[in-house]
Amino acid sequence: MKPTDSNNPEYFHKVVDCQHACPAHTPVPEYIRLIAEGKYTEAYMINWDSNVFPGILGRTCDRPCEPACRRVRVEEEPVAICRLKRVAADHKGDVKESMPKAPFVQNSKKIALLGAGPASLTVARDLATLGYELHLYDDQKAGGGFMRSQIPSFRLPETVLNEEVNYILDLGIHTHFNTYVSSLKEVLDKDYDAIFVGTGAPKGRDLTDMIGRQEGASNIHIGINWLASVAFEHQNKIGKNVIVLGGGNTAMDCCRTARRLGGKNVVVVVRSPFAEMKASPWEKEDAAHEDIPIIDNHVPKSFVVEMGVLKGMNFEKVHAVYDDNGKRKLLPTGEAEVFIEADDVLIAIGQENSFPWIERTIGIEFDQWDMPVVDEISFVSTHKKVFFGGDSAFGPKNVITAVAHGHQAAISIHHFCQGEDVNKRLAPYVNLVSQKMGLHEWAFDSEVVTDRRYVVPQADKKLTLGNRKQEVELGFDEITAFKEAERCLNCDIQTVFTESKCIECDACVDICPTACITFTPNAESETDLRKILKMPANNLTQDIYVSDILPTSRVMVKDENVCLHCGLCAERCPTSAWDMQKFFYSVTKAGKACH
Amino acid sequence: MSFIRPKFRHPELPKNALGYTVDYYEGALSTLCAGCGHDSIGAGVVQACFEMNIEPHRLAKLSGIGCSSKTPNYFLSNSHGFNSVHGRMPSVATGANLANRDLIYLGVSGDGDTASIGMGQFVHVIRRNINMIYIVMNNGCYGLTKGQDSATSDNGSKNKTGVMNVYESIDLASLAIELGATFVAQSFSGDKAQLIPLIKAGMQHPGFAFINVISPCVTFNNNVGSTKSYDYVRQHIEATSTVDFVPEMTEITTTYKSGVTQKIGMHDGSSIQLHKIAQDWDPLDRQSAMNAVKLSKKNNEILTGLLFMDPDAKDLHQLLQTTEKPLNSLSQSLLCPGSEMLKQINEDFR
Ligand SMILES: Cc1cc2nc3c(=O)[nH]c(=O)nc-3n(C[C@H](O)[C@H](O)[C@H](O)COP(=O)(O)OP(=O)(O)OC[C@H]3O[C@@H](n4cnc5c(N)ncnc54)[C@H](O)[C@@H]3O)c2cc1C
Ligand SMILES: Cc1ncc(C[n+]2csc(CCOP(=O)(O)OP(=O)(O)O)c2C)c(N)n1
Ligand code: SF4
Ligand code: SF4
Ligand code: SF4
Ligand SMILES: [Mg+2]
Repeated sequence: MKPTDSNNPEYFHKVVDCQHACPAHTPVPEYIRLIAEGKYTEAYMINWDSNVFPGILGRTCDRPCEPACRRVRVEEEPVAICRLKRVAADHKGDVKESMPKAPFVQNSKKIALLGAGPASLTVARDLATLGYELHLYDDQKAGGGFMRSQIPSFRLPETVLNEEVNYILDLGIHTHFNTYVSSLKEVLDKDYDAIFVGTGAPKGRDLTDMIGRQEGASNIHIGINWLASVAFEHQNKIGKNVIVLGGGNTAMDCCRTARRLGGKNVVVVVRSPFAEMKASPWEKEDAAHEDIPIIDNHVPKSFVVEMGVLKGMNFEKVHAVYDDNGKRKLLPTGEAEVFIEADDVLIAIGQENSFPWIERTIGIEFDQWDMPVVDEISFVSTHKKVFFGGDSAFGPKNVITAVAHGHQAAISIHHFCQGEDVNKRLAPYVNLVSQKMGLHEWAFDSEVVTDRRYVVPQADKKLTLGNRKQEVELGFDEITAFKEAERCLNCDIQTVFTESKCIECDACVDICPTACITFTPNAESETDLRKILKMPANNLTQDIYVSDILPTSRVMVKDENVCLHCGLCAERCPTSAWDMQKFFYSVTKAGKACH
Repeated sequence: MSFIRPKFRHPELPKNALGYTVDYYEGALSTLCAGCGHDSIGAGVVQACFEMNIEPHRLAKLSGIGCSSKTPNYFLSNSHGFNSVHGRMPSVATGANLANRDLIYLGVSGDGDTASIGMGQFVHVIRRNINMIYIVMNNGCYGLTKGQDSATSDNGSKNKTGVMNVYESIDLASLAIELGATFVAQSFSGDKAQLIPLIKAGMQHPGFAFINVISPCVTFNNNVGSTKSYDYVRQHIEATSTVDFVPEMTEITTTYKSGVTQKIGMHDGSSIQLHKIAQDWDPLDRQSAMNAVKLSKKNNEILTGLLFMDPDAKDLHQLLQTTEKPLNSLSQSLLCPGSEMLKQINEDFR
């Protein structure tokens, strides 16, 4: 097998599992170390640069980084990456001081940003410092998009949301709130140089044709519409018995909100088996903690309405069967239908994109699913002036994905406005620095602790169920945050091998606690090489690091899979053929976020 | 700073027949110099004991003084240990072995510990054929006391300060063969593929098993001009054969392309498979082994592998016809039969 090209920044980037998995590639271990050092402001700014909403995401992120965290490959639970982000936000000092300050020298280009969700806000932040005149439109009364209308206050306090939305609006953004855009053509006809569509996926799925749907309409609500009306205080109570249909995160927010609005017997009813529900495990736990049963394998059949009053719903019991390809089918068990009583039903069975306000004649192509055709790298549509991002681009995802889209779309918009190729991407900023301070001394804390994941404390249930705005999670205190931060393995401190220095003494092989390193005759293919290592490299998602041919005509192979970044190989190496080097990788953005 | 080895291990580590993973055989974190050959030999011991399914409490580690003699602290933390006086490990081993013949005795020594101060002890432990494995971690110098030339340093070899050794070296393997050792092998710390089967075979050998392992001292004797440096050893190493230790009842799976394969059966049913590289050499013939070592020395080669073995050797217990049981399992009345019995014995001598 050919030697690894570790000069390609993507090689070491992939070793930092959490950062690699983060759609915005937040430099996670870097901010975790800063938290351990008590440098919360710096930790916040690293986040702000990458993900724009550290306080919001530190509470609500879908955290794709956590299942990817290296720690789950050597013990049970990942580092609480997300909740540590919140620690930075909770304990930070004056961050405004480190943020760019308006006004900026104008470049005489005007951009319209449609929808004021995280995608548009990210584009706004990145372009503001470059001198663009940015006009932000939203039909709601304030910025934030779904973060304001959907994510309930007991998970995301309004103060936190306002603070982080305002950091962006304060960059001199022209806001047009309470303004529904009813025609893209009209916007195009104005003198904007480019338009960014960040209008999300605002349409909740319904059960339009189900028996009783029309008759019971006044007590049957579309989950996301209902959550928005609660958020905007048009709605402040619900019946005693509530059924929530659906198994995703929206269903979890609906049922927990219902509990706070007077729902006593709130049940979630889901078609699929419990284990296959879309909701994150922690949201299911939180629902359970609030005494909300989840009834799985029940398919809704009809609304039962008597004398114009909703009484409940009938369900068919099913069980899951899987074909040879693992494809699931829900088959009726043949048992009698089950009736569940309800005063109100919340339908949270998914959301869709909907673009009734985009004319199909203005050069924006839509595909067979009625989704706009959008380039996955530049985010440009088939109209060269119109860019999409966030949920409006490829369907409903999450906040951090919207942010990542926003960064890339901002780069494309900037290139477009400067007359450059929109497909051009900016190379990441990378830096690799030795951490050696002495014989057994590193500039990072290399000790690997065995502490299990710390639990975030929660406010008392009596308090939280009594007040919709009372935040449930209280966040880590500084001491617990330090201990949790110490669990991070510093995956960005890379093991860098220099073959010309190696005397093949085996010291690194012998000391490595997780049997990562092997000296072996080379093999033809990677597949073969993976098999002949000290411990076979069975995790194909993790790369192997292969050296050039050594004097004994063998190669050094390191399986990155369960390397603890403990630095012992480098400490035991008599010639410093191994060195521990800090790898900093940051996605280059259109504008400079921090200074 | 990391003087602590992380507790996490590879999640897929295999278990041996006793249900242990290899980390159960580990020891404390080594304090030897980074890159010391001794640590590799220690890692070899760990792997060999794991593969041999040894219950750690059934093994005793014994050593003298020196960096090499410190290594028992760095492996087999769950085993017994005795760090004795400089050069005196054989006496302690002899005593322990006579008292409890059921334990596996692993002696670890250095070239200073064995070939200088402990030479008198070494020759007698061979002569008595104590059932033990005796590993010399041979770096050609006194590592612990800052690298003075030892008695195994080759004539003409240069030390770190550039001074040439004027004395003839003592060749421990030839000496052991000469003195009647019943298992003699030589290896290199940088060649675990060879070392581990040798350690396994040596532990299984029912008598004195000697392995002289060239083990470079990175700090004091890894310089140009030294004959015990990584580079020199790699350039001059020759193997008698490749070695496979085949435990009892295991099917032989190793296949060789060409050459002569020799199987040496052991009394417990296990065997050693040798794929011979050196011709005109018979590992069962003391004279032939002697000649092979002499010849290689003349050619400036370091001959490694199994050099000589007598599978029918009788250990000290057999020679002395001692009791079959460890002393600690005998009752007090048996061990100390009383003055009447003593009188009777004395009578017999009159
Ligand atoms: C109940 C619920 C809970 C969620 N919880 C989480 C969570 O905890 N963590 C997470 O990461 N993600 C969560 N999400 C998903 C997340 O909110 C979205 O993925 C994210 O907000 C998408 O961002 P966006 O910028 O694409 O658009 P959005 O946030 O959807 O913002 C779009 C904005 O555009 C406005 N708009 C739409 N059309 C027009 C128009 N024609 N004219 C003017 N304005 C218009 C909308 O009113 C909205 O304000 C949740 C979603 C729901 C439904
Ligand atoms: C009776 C006695 N004499 C001298 C010493 C000093 N001393 C300690 S270690 C050592 C030599 C060790 O050399 P070696 O056995 O080759 O071990 P290495 O450190 O090279 O592995 C000497 C002379 C001692 N500890 N005790
Ligand atoms: S251990 Fe730390 S650096 Fe490594 S993946 Fe987890 S959070 Fe990221
Ligand atoms: S840093 Fe080195 S010694 Fe530590 S786990 Fe990784 S490869 Fe092994
Ligand atoms: S410890 Fe250093 S010199 Fe020794 S084998 Fe490993 S990389 Fe090579
Ligand atoms: Mg020595």
